[in-house]
Amino acid sequence: MWFYEKKLQYPVRVSTCNPKLAKYLIEQYGGADGELAAALRYLNQRYTIPDKVVGLLTDIGTEEFAHLEMIATMVYKLTKDATPEQLKEAGLGEHYVNHDSALFYNNAAGTPWTATYIQAKGDPIADLYEDIAAEEKARATYQWIIDMSDDPDLNDGLRFLRQREIVHSQRFREAVEILKEERDRKKFF
Amino acid sequence: MKELPQEYYQLLEEIQAADFVLVELSLYLDTHPNDIEAIQQFNQYAQYSKQLKQMFESKFGALQQFGNSFSDANWSWGTMPWPWQV
Amino acid sequence: MNEKHQKSFTTVKSYRPFHSRYDPCKPIGVKYYSTPPNLFLGFQPPNLQQFSAKEALKKGTLWRFFYDYYENPYEKKGR
Repeated sequence: MWFYEKKLQYPVRVSTCNPKLAKYLIEQYGGADGELAAALRYLNQRYTIPDKVVGLLTDIGTEEFAHLEMIATMVYKLTKDATPEQLKEAGLGEHYVNHDSALFYNNAAGTPWTATYIQAKGDPIADLYEDIAAEEKARATYQWIIDMSDDPDLNDGLRFLRQREIVHSQRFREAVEILKEERDRKKFF
Repeated sequence: MKELPQEYYQLLEEIQAADFVLVELSLYLDTHPNDIEAIQQFNQYAQYSKQLKQMFESKFGALQQFGNSFSDANWSWGTMPWPWQV
Repeated sequence: MNEKHQKSFTTVKSYRPFHSRYDPCKPIGVKYYSTPPNLFLGFQPPNLQQFSAKEALKKGTLWRFFYDYYENPYEKKGR
């Protein structure tokens, strides 16, 4: 069962009115290595993974929805007051014509989200390595978005999100170790 | 819609900080279920978070849906600003 | 007991892509990539040093060891 708490995980602030950035941020909303892909990937895998790792997938999957909300907030703040002219200038003319300032699940290039971005092999090791890769890809994507942005407040939020990917990657690596079941085995030297 | 007082932001950040520790500890405990000290720290922060939220909710309305927070007579769930707006 | 030492590793690496005399553009020179702390720790040991709650929220992690501040390496090192 899911519950929603009416607060962001992290206080998102955007200091500069620069709708262009919304186009890049959307990559982490509806893109292949974005937060929606992450949430759905982990939450879906957890039905067929050994019990000792289900908690981790549930908790990280849930946290990813909180991150999705943060990205949505960033995009919302950057576009809610933009005129059609300003959106066009920001490279969002095509988006406006379909959606006005409504958010949508597509990537920076406009490709809509698809379940082909995720996988669930049913093999715990394959699934966890996909998850580790996903976290590293997301981390890299945040780096590229930070590179494209000169908004200090926005970048604080993006650095937070990048840091979360590092911790998630750590946990998935630990999950692999747990599943190897070598940890409590006596080792003979 | 009226502007939110500074106190709203300050209290909210306290809650966000406490809840963030709880998320970090939860993920850690998911892979380290036997770390008693971490469990103790988790429970301390869980208590602290609840206290902060009680304070927050009494001034600014419900934080959680479906009865996980009590409601005031005005069903503030629907009237206070939403997180992406503040 | 288990004190994870101050970092004995670096979190940014660099390399030089090969430049051909026939390349049309000015060479980028050095390329950088990130090697964040999670690559070097293995299973997290207990009792790692923690940030305060407020600091942890700002930084994105509770544990000092994992903190990896990112800035554009091309801007910083000059191009």
